[in-house]
Amino acid sequence: MKNQSNINPGRREFLVRAGKAGVSIAAAGLGAGLLYDKDGPRGGVDTDSLVTLPDFSTAPVDGQTISIVQGSDRKTTVNKAIELLGGIDRFVGKGQTIVIKPNIAFASSPMLGATTNPELIGEVVRVCYNAGAKKVIVMDNPINDPASCFLLSGIGKAATQARAEVIMPKEHLFRNTTLAGGTLIKDWPMLFEPLIKADKLIGISPVKDHARAAASMSMKNWYGLLGGRRNIFHQDINKIIAELAMLVKPTLVILDGTEVMMTNGPTGGSTSDLKRTNTMIASTNCVAADSFGCTLLGLTPSKLPYLSIAQEAGVGTTDYESLKPKIATIE
Amino acid sequence: MKIVNIRRISQVFFFTLFVGFCIVSTIGQEFWQIRNWPVNWFLYLDPLISLGTALTTHTLYWPLLWSLAVVILTIILGRFFCGWMCPFGALHQFVGFVGNRKKSTAQKIQLNKYRKAQCIKYIILILLLAMAAFPSIGTTLLTGILDPIPLVTRSFNIAILSIFDRSVDVTSVTPRFYEGAWLMGVVFIAAILLNLVIPRFYCRFLCPLGALFGILSRFSIWRIGKVQDKCRECKLCEKACEGGCHPSGNIRISECVLCFNCREDCKDELMAYQTSQSKAGEITNPDISRRGFVLSFAGGVFATPAIRLGNLLGANWKHQQIRPPGALAEDEFLNRCLKCGQCMRICPTNIIQPDGIQNGIEKLWTPVLNYRIGSSGCQYNCVACGQICPTSAIRPITLDEKHGTGEFSSSGPIKMGTAFFDRNRCLPWSMDRPCIVCEENCPLSPKAIYTIETFNTIRDGQLVVNESDYHIIYIEQTLEPGKFASGDYYASYNGKRIKITANAANSIELSEEIEIEQAPAAGSIIEIQVRLQRPYVDIEKCIGCGICEHECPVSGLKAIRVSAVGETRSSDRAFVLGG
Repeated sequence: MKNQSNINPGRREFLVRAGKAGVSIAAAGLGAGLLYDKDGPRGGVDTDSLVTLPDFSTAPVDGQTISIVQGSDRKTTVNKAIELLGGIDRFVGKGQTIVIKPNIAFASSPMLGATTNPELIGEVVRVCYNAGAKKVIVMDNPINDPASCFLLSGIGKAATQARAEVIMPKEHLFRNTTLAGGTLIKDWPMLFEPLIKADKLIGISPVKDHARAAASMSMKNWYGLLGGRRNIFHQDINKIIAELAMLVKPTLVILDGTEVMMTNGPTGGSTSDLKRTNTMIASTNCVAADSFGCTLLGLTPSKLPYLSIAQEAGVGTTDYESLKPKIATIE
Repeated sequence: MKIVNIRRISQVFFFTLFVGFCIVSTIGQEFWQIRNWPVNWFLYLDPLISLGTALTTHTLYWPLLWSLAVVILTIILGRFFCGWMCPFGALHQFVGFVGNRKKSTAQKIQLNKYRKAQCIKYIILILLLAMAAFPSIGTTLLTGILDPIPLVTRSFNIAILSIFDRSVDVTSVTPRFYEGAWLMGVVFIAAILLNLVIPRFYCRFLCPLGALFGILSRFSIWRIGKVQDKCRECKLCEKACEGGCHPSGNIRISECVLCFNCREDCKDELMAYQTSQSKAGEITNPDISRRGFVLSFAGGVFATPAIRLGNLLGANWKHQQIRPPGALAEDEFLNRCLKCGQCMRICPTNIIQPDGIQNGIEKLWTPVLNYRIGSSGCQYNCVACGQICPTSAIRPITLDEKHGTGEFSSSGPIKMGTAFFDRNRCLPWSMDRPCIVCEENCPLSPKAIYTIETFNTIRDGQLVVNESDYHIIYIEQTLEPGKFASGDYYASYNGKRIKITANAANSIELSEEIEIEQAPAAGSIIEIQVRLQRPYVDIEKCIGCGICEHECPVSGLKAIRVSAVGETRSSDRAFVLGG
């Protein structure tokens, strides 16, 4: 209890308290002023945060756009296919960061052919390092559980053994993007963070039957970069595949037709769904690669509307013969 | 080294080992992820698990033999497990120490005195064991709800580690989610905070495993006690007594957790761990009256039929309750499931979820599959949950058994349930939209989802032809340019159907694949049709893995949903003749 008779300490205490109250009021007012928002939340897309993907494409060289190599051993055929396009040095420079995008959609064994062959991935990683690459990244956003997919497909192990960095589709690696001139890819999350920092992009995919799109090959492989609830795009499967081909401009695509999935695609599930066709395709253009690739499934490019939509959009030509494919056979 | 320091090292070691086992129980190729590590070791050591399952199943599942070592050591040494090994006990002791360290010695002595209520844990133990013991009226294993090892295992697996899985982005590729994890968290936090009221509150008043050890330690050869009756009665021996076992007087052997703090705190070194009984006298029996015993026993006998009055094991079984592949028939399953959450932690897709309280106490925290929450459905080539289950409530099946291949080809695959289409929500069935994501993702070969192609005339799809130029038809109506160019639309006229490749506002372009013999006449009608592949489930093939349900784009309430009907673990769940 203060001494009531002595007025001075009381006055001083009052002034101190009034000063503190004044500072508190000023702080509250300042905070309110700084945070003041007259308009409230706006709807729509925050376009500032959208990213665009670098153009990874290779300068065209006449007669070196697509190569087709016959043979049963993937390591040999892929090396030959790259060599026919001018060699790995055309695609991979010293000190560069290379992203390899396989198809690891499903948690199934490599012998079922639903995912890219792990030996092929390992070989391409090694080829990139031999060409002087600083870092090779292997990444995908699978349909099944990611950890199980990387594990069971054998790709996680093959990539790690070849010293590649395996990147799992973690939430923070997705960035929203919009395709200029597209109708479907609008403010959509994609596995882009590793690509933004990369120098080159190589897509490696198997050739598979697909009930909705007829065939899943190198263009459909970019579906694995989509995040979010991407399954709604199946309502317009041809357009989304074509838009992905417009959005992603790869350095090189490798389409593995050594053993193709003829039925029950794209999951397969039995070796009886597969057929040996002993073909390795490499191309700087996915439309060209897929136009030839679909013939392995007994289809023609005209059966795949996404090829003509992509051709219309100027991504590439379905008339692969006009590109004078380099052809070789390995006994 | 002082014996209390050895005890502290032991507690820290076993607690760290326990948390380490929880962390490594994930599937992946990182060096620290699960190999053949004994991640169930603490559960195997727990004799309440062996006793409970022995009562319900009349067998001792082989890895639970580990607990025999703990039983033998307890009979010889007393409750060493509580004071030296139990990870939950270590946590309680630590929190109790930190929370009460500022209190005066007199207050601490008061906190750690023996209380009559410590008999509650024996009542809990008797009740839970009685519920498990009588096959004629139904047995159930509910010890896991309060048994500290399953409790702390599930708390770390589900409620604690998943927070870190989400935020540190290291222990799991995709963030882990568990519906109802909050309830486990609340129970865990409550048990921890009670240490601020009384140290080792859970151990002293609630722990049924501690009660079992209390009974087993009756005949222990070595025990804590005073070396002489007379002392200065300072009661410093009770200042940090972890068990609240009254070492200053008639020591209660069944309450002593062998913390050795009394031996440490006695200035006159009158406390000893010895073969002879305390010179101040000792009480070996738990402090539970005959009446208390009879009442809790009778309560347990009636409790099992009482909690089953909802008939959830009979006709009122819940079809949304899908058990993991290899789970035993429901009554046998409930006789073994500990609610330890090991299957929920190991499941790579995060679809094994703790069941909630809405299906009754008996199903609380038992594993059920939720195909909406995780990263996929039940992975076709995965049997992790059965491999980790410590009591074989989920059997350790092989892939051959799951798939019904090899030596299991005559018995067929294990079905967890059956997928059903909701045609009111399915895009190709009710909205004229192509989709079939479900069919695409069905992992079986041949697929259990198949499609039948149909062509439906779209709304306002009757167009009047103005003129036609072979492959280009000019029409009267105005269209949205490009709308029908997706490859899924066809023009139908004169009994023919030709794919549309492009459309402008007043024209449509037809595929040149088909030779057009006769273009439609001006003034005639053409119909725009959408090609739909409508999906069906082949009930003989569907295994209820739920990948279709997970992938269905109609989120919220999916257009294809798995129900447990048709699951193979119990013949009364069959619904198709010969299926």
